[in-house]
This record gives sequence, structure tokens and C-alpha cells, in this order.
Amino acid sequence: MINSLVMVIAGLAAGPALGGVISGLDRILTARLQARIGPPVWQPYFDVLKLFGKEKMVVNVWQAFCAYCYVAASSIALVLFFLQSDLLLILFVQAVGALFLVIGAFSSTSPFSQIGAHRELLQILSYEPLLVLVTVGIYLETGSFKIQAVYGGDAPLLLKLPFLFVVLGYALTIKLRKSPFDLSTCHHAHQELVKGLLTDFSGPFLALTEIGHWYEVVLLLGLCSLFWATSWGGMIIIVVITYLLEVLIDNVSARMNWRWMLGYVWSMGLALSMVNLVWLYAR
Amino acid sequence: MFKKIIQKARIKSPWLLHFDCGSCNGCDIEVLACLTPLYDIERFGIINVGNPMHADIFLVTGTVNQRNKKVLLNLYDQMPQPKVVVAIGSCALSGGIFREAYNVLGGIDKVLPVDVYVPGCPAKPEAIIDGVVMALENFIRKKDEEKTHA
Repeated sequence: MINSLVMVIAGLAAGPALGGVISGLDRILTARLQARIGPPVWQPYFDVLKLFGKEKMVVNVWQAFCAYCYVAASSIALVLFFLQSDLLLILFVQAVGALFLVIGAFSSTSPFSQIGAHRELLQILSYEPLLVLVTVGIYLETGSFKIQAVYGGDAPLLLKLPFLFVVLGYALTIKLRKSPFDLSTCHHAHQELVKGLLTDFSGPFLALTEIGHWYEVVLLLGLCSLFWATSWGGMIIIVVITYLLEVLIDNVSARMNWRWMLGYVWSMGLALSMVNLVWLYAR
Repeated sequence: MFKKIIQKARIKSPWLLHFDCGSCNGCDIEVLACLTPLYDIERFGIINVGNPMHADIFLVTGTVNQRNKKVLLNLYDQMPQPKVVVAIGSCALSGGIFREAYNVLGGIDKVLPVDVYVPGCPAKPEAIIDGVVMALENFIRKKDEEKTHA
């Protein structure tokens, strides 16, 4: 009982604590790749605190409600991950959060917000099947959807599910809002629609969406770490390498349209996961 | 204490909205030059946002005329408090060489309350950064004024 309470608190704290630092490091790395110095590591915290101190301006009540629901759902998903719960449950709770963000954007009449929301729906359509296929792969290997079973394994999952790890990488790139999949909203001016989805969120509500995003980033990096769950060192190394690759891909790729994203992610993602799943099944 | 932390965060993370209010693009190029690796204002947490609802500092270049004063006011009204306005370049300050034109109202202070004036034709990037720093000091002063009123 005490143990699970500690895990709940750890999960709630890990989002802002890790997510903020990761996003700060991301901004420094991106700046260095562009021959700039970049902001301090604590910059994301300054941004969020400043946004909390700004005037509350909402387009309508639903927008504020959706921002709160997004943070709630994404933090619950991370807490469930820390409680080593069911992978499918975690994915569905996370999907609820993602959808609330879309509904929040749809509740405003701004065309930028509307286009952003439509694009976000297409992004969700692209990555959700892939995430489910990854969990199916984990199930075929460990015999359970529970994260406990993954930690109980004696060999790293990466050796059994190499293609599914690449597929998770696609989902991660979309979820982290990295180029070339940052169609709905992005951190930099990589797109013609820079803050599409978040156009009408302002002040404290923008801060809430940012915190929700941190929770999601930590959750997805946690999913990556499951692929080398046999040792702490392996988990950290696999997460660091994956994130460095994400930052590199973000900075070297051009912007793309949603047709390309849907076609490419589905064809490559589904093909790679099929190969991996058939191999697991036939073995 | 919480207010102090927010105040520090405000100074550490000013997000800019840049509006070209009928400028010749000279000042606009200088504003964008501040974002390049040479000046790299992101070091100070400054981000150029394209959305008034996310912005703290409003940079305006160029003269105001009868047509664009509504756009200028609309953008200003969409920015949540606290906000400061920085006028950049001779045209934004007084109307510049277009002062006498029949459709020009003059500097942007005819329409908005301006906090910081950055002169120059065009204003140098160093001067613009200096103006933004002065605008940040205005954040603190505005806070003090609120206190004296209360």
C-alpha cells in the first residue's frame, strides 16, 4: 500500500521534474545544432511559471475544461505506468488526454485552431495503431500486457522486437511534436502553422497543456525504456540514444504534409510491425 | 514569495510578437536578425511567437495609418496582461518621413500606450535588444505601480 502510494507520488512528480529538464536539454541541443548557444536548462520552467502568472483569457468554458482534462489524463497515464499497470489501459488513458486537447482546440472558432485540431486528429490516427501493435508485440513476447511482466523478463525486449522499437520511434516522433511530423503544432517555426492546435490556449491554460505534454514525453520515453528493462544502465542508455536521435531528426528533416505522414507512417509502421509479429509468432 | 518567482520568470521568459505596421521592412529585417546565431536572443529565453495570445512584448515597426490602426489595436487587445509595447524605428516613433502623408496618423503612440521607444532608421539589432531589456524593466515598474494603486 505504502509502496504504491510512493509510486503515485513519484509518477505525479516525474512529469514536471523530468519533462521540464528534458525539454530544456532539447532546446539547448537544438540551439547547438543550429550554431546558437540556446537558453538555460531551466527555461521551460520559467516559461510555464510566467504563463501561470498571466491574465486568464478563455474563448469559452470548454477550452479551460479540456486543458484540465488533458493534464489529468496524461498525468494519470504516467502514474499508471509507475504503478506497472496494464499497457493497454495506459495507452487508452493517454489517448483520452490527446482527444481532450483536440476538443479544446475545436471549441474555438479560430481557423488556425481548427486546422491544427484536424491535423492533430490525423496524427493520432497515424500513431495510435502503431502503439497498439507495439503492445501486442510485448504481449506476444512476455505473455502479458502488464508492465510487471516486462520487468520480470530475463532478456532485453529490443533483441526480440527490434522492428517494433523502430515503429515506437515513429510514434514517439509524432507524439514529441518533432519534424517531419509536427503538423498540428511545433516548438519552432518549422511549419507554416507554428502553434496551430494551441493557438487559442493562452496564459495558465497554455501552461497546463505544456505540463500535460511533459507527462506524455516522460510516458513515451518510459515505454522506450521497457525495451531494455533488464538493467538500469540499459534503460538510461536506450532512452538517451533515442532522444538524441529524435533531436537530430527534428533538425535535419524538412516539413511534410499530412498525406505523406499518414501514408509513410502507416506503410512503414504496419510493414515493420507485421514482419516483427510474424517472426515472433513463427519462432 | 510566489509573486517574486512569477516576476523573475516573467523577466526570464519574454515572448515577442512582432507586427509590421506598414514599415519598409528595414526594421523588420533587423528584428529578425536578433534571432540569428550572431545575436541569438533565445539565450535570454526570448521567443518570437506569431500569436498575440501567447505574447508578452509587442514590437511594432512602421507608421500607423487609417487602415491598419484597427489591426494594431486588435492585436494589442488580444494580448493577455501584463504586456508592454516597444516602438521600433523612426516611423513607429513619429511617422518618420511619412509623417506628412495624407493617410498616416503618425507614430504608434497615437493608437497604443507605448512603453519603450527604439530610434533608428533602421534601428540596429543591438538597439532593439536594448529596447526589449528596457521593456523587461518596465514589467517590474508596472508591478510597483499596481502596488501603489492598491
